[in-house]
Amino acid sequence: MEFAELIKTATVESVLLSGAGLPPVRGTLCITSHHLLLSSRPGGDGAPGTVELWLLIRNVDAVEKRLAGSSGTITLRCKDLKVLQLEIPGMEECLNVASSIEALSSVDSVMMMYPFFYRPQDLRLEAGWHLFPLEQYYQQIATQTSQWRLSGVNRDFAACPTYPPAVIVPAAVDDEALRKAARFRQGGRFPVLSYYHQKNGTVMLRSSQPLTGPNRKRCREDELLLGTVLDEGERGFIIDTRSAQAAKQARMTGGGTEPKSSYPRWKRLHRPLERGRPLQESFIKLVDACNDTSLTMDRWLSRLESCRWLSHVKAALSTACLAAQCLDREEACVLVHGAEGTDTTLLVTALAQLILDPGCRTLAGFQGLLEREWIEAGHPFHLRCARSAYSHARLKQEAPLFLLFLDCVWQLGRQFPFSLEFGERLLLTLFDNAYASSYGTFLGNNEKERCLCKVKESTHSLWAWLNQPEEKRKYLNPLYSRNALVIWPSVEPQSIQLWQGLFFRWIRSSKYLDEAWAEIQRLVENDDTSVEESAGNRRSQSLSDTAAQTENER
Amino acid sequence: MEHIRMPKVENVRLLDRVSSRKATLGTLYLTATHVIFVENASETRKETWVLHSQISSIEKQATTATGCHPLLIRCKNFQVIQLIIPQERDCHDVYISLIRLARPVKYEELYCFSFNPKLDKEEQERGWKLVDLNEEYNRMGIPNNYWQISDVNRDYGVCDSYPTEVYVPKSATAHIIVGSSKFRSRRRFPALSYYCKDNNASICRSSQPLSGFSARCLEDELMLQAIRKTNPESDFLYVVDTRPKLNAMANRAAGKGYENEDNYSNIKFQFIGIENIHVMRSSLQKMLEVCELKSPSMSDFLWGLENSGWLKHIKAIMDAGIFIAKAVAEEGVSVLVHCSDGWDRTAQVCSVASLLLDPYYRTMKGFMVLIEKDWVSFGHKFNHRYGNLDGDPKEISPVIDQFIECVWQLMEQFPCAFEFNERFLIHVQHHIYSCQFGNFLCNSQKERQELKIQERTYSLWAHLWKNRADYLNPLYRLDHSQTQGTLRPQIAPCIFLYKFWSGMYNRFEKGMHPRQSVTDYLMAVKEETQQLEEELEVLGERLASLQKVQLNDNEVKSKQQDQNKELGRSTSNISLANTPQEYNNNLKSFPSRSPSQGDEEDSALILTQDNLKSSDPDLSANSDQESGVEDLSCRSPSSGGCLPSEDSGKDSDEAVFLTI
Repeated sequence: MEFAELIKTATVESVLLSGAGLPPVRGTLCITSHHLLLSSRPGGDGAPGTVELWLLIRNVDAVEKRLAGSSGTITLRCKDLKVLQLEIPGMEECLNVASSIEALSSVDSVMMMYPFFYRPQDLRLEAGWHLFPLEQYYQQIATQTSQWRLSGVNRDFAACPTYPPAVIVPAAVDDEALRKAARFRQGGRFPVLSYYHQKNGTVMLRSSQPLTGPNRKRCREDELLLGTVLDEGERGFIIDTRSAQAAKQARMTGGGTEPKSSYPRWKRLHRPLERGRPLQESFIKLVDACNDTSLTMDRWLSRLESCRWLSHVKAALSTACLAAQCLDREEACVLVHGAEGTDTTLLVTALAQLILDPGCRTLAGFQGLLEREWIEAGHPFHLRCARSAYSHARLKQEAPLFLLFLDCVWQLGRQFPFSLEFGERLLLTLFDNAYASSYGTFLGNNEKERCLCKVKESTHSLWAWLNQPEEKRKYLNPLYSRNALVIWPSVEPQSIQLWQGLFFRWIRSSKYLDEAWAEIQRLVENDDTSVEESAGNRRSQSLSDTAAQTENER
Repeated sequence: MEHIRMPKVENVRLLDRVSSRKATLGTLYLTATHVIFVENASETRKETWVLHSQISSIEKQATTATGCHPLLIRCKNFQVIQLIIPQERDCHDVYISLIRLARPVKYEELYCFSFNPKLDKEEQERGWKLVDLNEEYNRMGIPNNYWQISDVNRDYGVCDSYPTEVYVPKSATAHIIVGSSKFRSRRRFPALSYYCKDNNASICRSSQPLSGFSARCLEDELMLQAIRKTNPESDFLYVVDTRPKLNAMANRAAGKGYENEDNYSNIKFQFIGIENIHVMRSSLQKMLEVCELKSPSMSDFLWGLENSGWLKHIKAIMDAGIFIAKAVAEEGVSVLVHCSDGWDRTAQVCSVASLLLDPYYRTMKGFMVLIEKDWVSFGHKFNHRYGNLDGDPKEISPVIDQFIECVWQLMEQFPCAFEFNERFLIHVQHHIYSCQFGNFLCNSQKERQELKIQERTYSLWAHLWKNRADYLNPLYRLDHSQTQGTLRPQIAPCIFLYKFWSGMYNRFEKGMHPRQSVTDYLMAVKEETQQLEEELEVLGERLASLQKVQLNDNEVKSKQQDQNKELGRSTSNISLANTPQEYNNNLKSFPSRSPSQGDEEDSALILTQDNLKSSDPDLSANSDQESGVEDLSCRSPSSGGCLPSEDSGKDSDEAVFLTI
């Protein structure tokens, strides 16, 4: 396929661009294989154009056209929730532009995505791809205990197509048993270690549902695997992210959950979390409500309620807290799974780690967490983030689980303003890049697909870009200070807020809030300079000690 | 004391509001002014103090299965206390005593008449002079060619709920004023509230006209004309009736009502539908019920909040303020504001508009002045609205609470615009009900004068001013763009900007709030920076003079000795700063201000209440989240080992997470 075939009109003069809170501007619209550009020429013909718009076409979620007389208006609704209007002179041009954008934005082949073509000069292609190897994570655990081993059973993705080549499993269970256990779990996602809680040596495992089916099948290897995790006399918790009834019903389609009789030392807790289509619909409804200018104050809260989004945030945080509580307070091991083990499961395990482990709350640690618990763990980004909240296309497998995770992280950051090293801006950038990106980090659905497409060889990593010193600065939280404690958030409705920075990013002006952040930055930086200037100061010393410490941990 | 049937009850349990399974055992004391609960266990013997005047209701609940007697005390500062008393008789005695103590019948019974902050007469007087309204009108640029002070109301002869000194148009003669006053409810004639010297536009306030279906009053019409003419640039005057149109029309049947545009020359009449005090009272009631729900779902909460209508009412008040501020600042048109009697909605709207228009009111001092001007002096009925004395419950309404919330909503939208912080607002609200200071006693200036409030009680403003370091917003800076000129809040479709204020209505549920205080931390940082800069400056100066000394080695010896003496002092300063321990001490001393340090009585009161809900009593000694101590130790890895504030939310959440 050639992109050129999809572009019916490459340039249109005198297009009026408006939207996203900016004053309207007229200029020349260009359509390239991956971008929509608009450049204005304030200085007449000779002057170089100013680029007013540089939009990744993959970011376009919906194209709406309205014709009036000889001109037309195209409304572009983007996956990052921005809405743009293009007023195009000429009916035919308008139709051509619209259908070109539609065609280009629906290209679904991973290999045709922009990251495969993007070659920024100041980044090396291989940079950022191997920052957080699982081997390194395993080494940390290995210094504490010998009960776990790094297994290459999935080296060729044979045991589980959605797992990475390396997984951490109980040392006492051999690869053959793992293969058998994999056959007893949906999609081959046998229980693997997700998190080792250094404080007391408990672990969090994740998997998919067991394939017990209507005949209550059992699997000796699976039972053995889970059995070896617990020491003599210990009990563990299985957190099933489905309701007890849904788990029971899953038996009819070959799934199910761990019966008490076969896993006597594991206590099952059901915490239903929304996923799939209902979650996507919740997202769509919320964005719809946020954009509804006719809403009045007396209807706003019930409208917000009917979207259910905040309920999902509350449920996700509560479940993550439950998992964290089992590990930290009950000193018990935890296995988390739902059905496929690629969505709500990862939401819970990733959040629980953020709550428990200060190492995940640094910028680097958070990237590592995303890499381990979302990307390598096989969250199907390509399917889940194919469309955002505006698309009119028939929903397939879209679901904003990653956004829900980012929202929960934002809630944590709001409740613990000093405890995350990164700020809201990073979360927004991650959201944008998960849905449309110049980088390959969120491409594909799992490591196997990324391997086949040679993503790591042919695209740039988002982390490489983010971690450039100049770029990195923008994402840091000026108030951060390493906090070694568990951060237990409040999950009371009074404590959970709508994430305005995301859902109203293009609707409200954030000028005054941005000014406040600039002021905070100024205060903290002023302080740091003064501290540095004042020689022999203990605080500056101890601060640099922390920095060194954090550095070592990386 | 004669009302206390039972001064002390032992083995009382204080229940935790969030998780009712947890309770602390202690002793309950009733004093002339407070209910005090002292914990038995724990070395800290934590105390919970509640002023009688804060109690809004006491409820005897059904006897528990174990035969104990629960008592529920709801406070006006949104604290809810649930006690379990073993003996029915004791419970009844406490109940009967509190019923009486919480509803004093004479002003003299109120706390401010016994409260003694140990200030001498002079300090007391100076405290009352901190806010001077004449000074304030001078600041606005008044008197001038158009406005003058009028003594028409000396001895409260014209209007007993107005102050003696009112500012009116120069061209309004006493005859016009008196005539107009006879045509207005409770004779509250139009008087100046705010004047904008940049463009001569002003905000005046009054009560509704007694127009009925057709009555007219020449003097009143002349009065409005006089007001319009104080703004020569503008050819009309807005008359804003803050009531819903239907309410205003209903008033016509009672011989009251609103201005007929045909009878007044060049006015533009406008309704802005803010509901009356009864609607507001029940709205708050409904919202508090939502706040009291035990582990509500997100839906329960959002539905309940919407059904209460509270945020809708807040927005209505804000919209009215925005409308008036816009008329004055952008259109340059003067506005006359009224509602029915002109002491509730009018006070809210005038003060919101003033706050938006004039950065001065966004300073701590200016805010005190604003409350004195628009609320205290113009006869807002504090006693009736906030139930200081036993009275008609239908008169009670959270009118000033709503204004205070409007300020908070603005603070959320403009984080750098206010000199004071959220804690300041919360403490002002607290003291409107506490009756610990005399400022808000009675219903009018006249009554306060008769009671000799200024001689017999102390001023809250002096108290807050003394502790102002606790109330500063670290992001406030005089040269910041948000501290200049008019604030223009985003309007429709930005309804989502109006948020539930958990810091106020769930004030005592500490676990619900952000666990780390950015304000306190930044204040500490700011002070530290300032100190270090000062140190640097001293060092710089010393360096310069040292160089000078070297250059002028041949100077007179005695002078050199002087300088050496000075040098010695500053080097010792440096060595102090160089000693880590000393520095650490400094570091610790910055933020350890308690909300009301320096006033034993009050700090005990507020601190214990703030601590009340910290879920783990063992941690409570360190978990005062309003103090910045942890926040700094948070930053300091050397002491990072104990950070109970972070952990303290856990146990209260336990019930939510883990119900195995």
